[in-house]
Amino acid sequence: MSAVIDTHGHAGHDHHHGPAKGLMRWVLTTNHKDIGTMYLWFSFAMFLLGGTMAMVIRAELFQPGLQIVQPEFFNQMTTMHGLIMVFGAVMPAFVGLANWMIPLMIGAPDMALPRMNNFSFWLLPAAFSMMVSTLFMEGGGPNFGWTFYAPLSTTYAPESVTFFIFAVHLMGISSIMGAINVVATILNLRAPGMTLMKMPLFVWTWLITAFLLIAVMPVLAGCVTMMLMDIHFGTSFFSAAGGGDPVLFQHVFWFFGHPEVYIMILPAFGAVSAIIPAFARKPLFGYTSMVYATASIAFLSFIVWAHHMFTVGIPLTGELFFMYATMLIAVPTGVKVFNWASTMWQGSMTFETPMLFSVAFVILFTIGGFSGLMLAIAPADFQYHDTYFVVAHFHYVLVPGAIFGIFASAYYWLPKWTGHMYDETLGKLHFWMSFVGMNMAFFPMHFVGLAGMPRRIPDYNMMFANFNMVSSIGAFMFGATQLLFLFIVIKCIRSGQPAAAKPWDGAEGLEWTVPSPAPYHTFQTPPEVK
Amino acid sequence: MNESLSTRRLVIRLSLVVVAMFGFGFALVPIYDVMCQAFGINGKTAGAYEAGEQGVDASRQVRVQFLATNAADMVWEFRPMADEVAVHPGDSTQMVFVAHNPTDRPMTAQAIPSVAPSKAAAYFHKTECFCFTQQVLQPGERIEMPVRFIVDRDLPADVRHLTLAYTLFDITASKPPVAQVGQ
Amino acid sequence: MMRHPRVWMSLLLCLAFSSAHASWTVNMAPGATEVSRSVFDLHMTIFWICVVIGVVVFGAMFWSMLVHRRSTGQQPAHFHESTTVEILWTVVPLVILVLMAIPATKTLIEIYDNSESELDIQVTGYQWKWHYKYLGQDVEFFSNLTTPQDQINNLAVKGEHYLLEVDEPLVVPVGTKVRFLITAADVIHSWWVPALAVKKDAIPGFINESWTRIDEPGIYRGQCTELCGKDHGFMPVVVEAKSKVDFATWLAERKQLAATEKELTSKEWTLDELMARGEKAYNTACAACHQPTGEGLPPMFPALKGSAIATGAAAGHIGIVVNGKPGTAMAAFGKQLSEVDLAAIITYERNAWGNKVGDMVTPKDILEFKKAQE
Repeated sequence: MSAVIDTHGHAGHDHHHGPAKGLMRWVLTTNHKDIGTMYLWFSFAMFLLGGTMAMVIRAELFQPGLQIVQPEFFNQMTTMHGLIMVFGAVMPAFVGLANWMIPLMIGAPDMALPRMNNFSFWLLPAAFSMMVSTLFMEGGGPNFGWTFYAPLSTTYAPESVTFFIFAVHLMGISSIMGAINVVATILNLRAPGMTLMKMPLFVWTWLITAFLLIAVMPVLAGCVTMMLMDIHFGTSFFSAAGGGDPVLFQHVFWFFGHPEVYIMILPAFGAVSAIIPAFARKPLFGYTSMVYATASIAFLSFIVWAHHMFTVGIPLTGELFFMYATMLIAVPTGVKVFNWASTMWQGSMTFETPMLFSVAFVILFTIGGFSGLMLAIAPADFQYHDTYFVVAHFHYVLVPGAIFGIFASAYYWLPKWTGHMYDETLGKLHFWMSFVGMNMAFFPMHFVGLAGMPRRIPDYNMMFANFNMVSSIGAFMFGATQLLFLFIVIKCIRSGQPAAAKPWDGAEGLEWTVPSPAPYHTFQTPPEVK
Repeated sequence: MNESLSTRRLVIRLSLVVVAMFGFGFALVPIYDVMCQAFGINGKTAGAYEAGEQGVDASRQVRVQFLATNAADMVWEFRPMADEVAVHPGDSTQMVFVAHNPTDRPMTAQAIPSVAPSKAAAYFHKTECFCFTQQVLQPGERIEMPVRFIVDRDLPADVRHLTLAYTLFDITASKPPVAQVGQ
Repeated sequence: MMRHPRVWMSLLLCLAFSSAHASWTVNMAPGATEVSRSVFDLHMTIFWICVVIGVVVFGAMFWSMLVHRRSTGQQPAHFHESTTVEILWTVVPLVILVLMAIPATKTLIEIYDNSESELDIQVTGYQWKWHYKYLGQDVEFFSNLTTPQDQINNLAVKGEHYLLEVDEPLVVPVGTKVRFLITAADVIHSWWVPALAVKKDAIPGFINESWTRIDEPGIYRGQCTELCGKDHGFMPVVVEAKSKVDFATWLAERKQLAATEKELTSKEWTLDELMARGEKAYNTACAACHQPTGEGLPPMFPALKGSAIATGAAAGHIGIVVNGKPGTAMAAFGKQLSEVDLAAIITYERNAWGNKVGDMVTPKDILEFKKAQE
């Protein structure tokens, strides 16, 4: 992929298109880079907030007995931690990356729908202020888990559940608008010569993610709307008393929920597929199969939802179908892992921070994949279901998966965003502390889960005490380390070596053809891709 | 201009998908009900069964067990007259449940049936059941409520017993009972 | 020089034995039934397959990371596709998956067996306790957590079965197929005993089925595994497997006990007797919400200390305990507790924590109240 572009020629007559001054620049901006920046900062703030809640959870679980919080507040913490991390930290971070990088990667001047872009961002602070404010309401905030199973979340919910439903609606609308914007940008604004099969994988995975979002976020909206109607308008979708069925809730929720977990991982697949080749100095192995594998994973995600419900009493044939379908996901996922490993094979590797996070991503995500495969085996799942083994599993796919993918992307593209190199020593320190802390926090959870500790409990028997203490220490370490990341980013913005247009010698792609930091307007004349 | 036009078309199409998927969320409700009744998921039974001509299979006997459970805030006394009966597939059998409202206010209740094992649910037909309607009981009133059922001749051979469980819910708050004249 | 290792050793030991019953268990236990052993074997099989795949894939990656680095002067190769290997690593995992699916399917079919059972037990989940009913036997009871609040609040030393102990365990005979009919009265719960490999959701309005056949007498402990509200972590499952003879004795005793309980109703009670019994019963049935101090957890769970109901007319107090309060978390205890316990609890609530009504509600009062409702 090569491109001929002309960015400097425009500098003369384009100065009046520069950013507005003051606060209004951020409120009214339609610039994809500004909006991307806001998404990234917002998601980092949410990451710290959700992380603080995780610290409360781990502090309470540090030792058996109730020390710091009471069970009802503990339940609010686990619920809010989940909701904030999923909808506030991971998803907006990926949208932020998409905003910044997709136009730069496909040679577009901006996103296709810039005003909608602004709106979809500003919905998020509104949604999350409302959701977090429920914690201060009488009766407390959502305490029914991030999966909010009925009837605990309807008939038995605290009053604040209505605010929770409204907040979910707002973030759903925001995600859907973001996804439509991404699809429109990718399908319509590619530079001449940028055919679909020439697109960087990050663009591909985001295109597929956007379709997943468009398909399932409305189902979530429908799900919470039914809850709202059950609570306030006397319907009985999920209440057995009126002829409804609480299990129906789980089917509707997981029809959204399973694709949702891929929404949180596919963009990271794409980012890592850009970073590993850059630092192995060797082209990505099996580009085409990567695209097809991503599409297969997305397709399969629609027919496996009931594997979250193996214990609700599904007939044998249903159980077998969902078990086989779920096991099948291991095939395309395996192809991806093998492709990444082959990309590294016989490369000329260096291990800067983005590469460290990417390699850890591949290895630790694969461990999460293995435990996922174990969970897919229905009879064994009867023992794993709703224990800490599940908690270990999804934290292995989400922390070193989604979060490490985001860190890798941030370090990889920080020079492009800020025009400065980040501090490599601190970056490596951030990686190693995160790596050790994360494994120490989540690996022992496999053990306590297998030994029989259910999830979402504030207190436990002494037989689980040792590993819980280790977990908590690891979690505190991981949590504290993220403040270092904040410091690294601020330092990188304010000082640091000036970055070249292409600071990584093995990197490929249009984004490296514009200067660092990327000018406020780029690719106003589309580049020619050969 | 061509390009912005196609963007508009694309956005309209994607928005239609969004609306359709929102509708699909609600469509899952009837789809699920159909699936449940077809495969007996969740032990759900169908509504009133039109009794067709089904010969009695006297060579086979199936134990039918009755359970009566109150939802947590339900104070009625609620129980079957017998714990279980043995029936021949195809034969029509009646069982009576007793309900009693011990409170000093009229109350409305709804009984929800469920059958275990769930794969037998599709073969359990109720021709008459108190669960088809809501029950209104005056203070202190006691009634006997019949259920008449047929176990299908096609019940899988490995099912030798099945359980018919009712859960009784207090729905007075959502369906206030009609005051009885002359009480 | 010798001091430091010793300090470290003792520190480590401290950590290891900081609590008397701590353990470093890392794996599932094979359990006590044929099914649980099949599940355990399946778990281990899949685990070892994953380990082998992991060693191969990670081994290749680590080798590559050690050897194929720029610092070793490695020049990057240029290959970037090969249809042959792509097909190979699609087909080989597929074959491995089929090999995994065979034993998994076998075990699942074993679990879904619905042959005739010898004992049927209805298991009902409540917020936050389990109710067991031996079908056709006239024996039923609630199973409540017995761990004292002081242990939970770290005011007393925690016992070995902290949070995994109940007043009335579910008693079953060994070598007998026992069928569980599982449901719930309020929200969704899930009944899990790891040693039996039985985990089934208890869903309000619907009935679920599961079964077990335990080999050896013993006590098997588990917990509720579906988030069911505040005290989700405080509703353990305890199953006691007895020999067939012992089970028959136990069952006869239970039936006798139910009769004795009826007799107690007609006994003449003193205030002190009722208070003593009431305190015990209160702490099992009421303290989770209204707290041992009677101060409750407002606004969800109101205080009883100084409350208008607990210090007002006895009839109103009896009414709310027996019939519950619709639309709130206050359940109807009329059927959940015996007349004696109801009377004792109400008496206790009226005369504890500075509530000084001074009157006494007897089991007879409760019976009369219930009769008046008929």
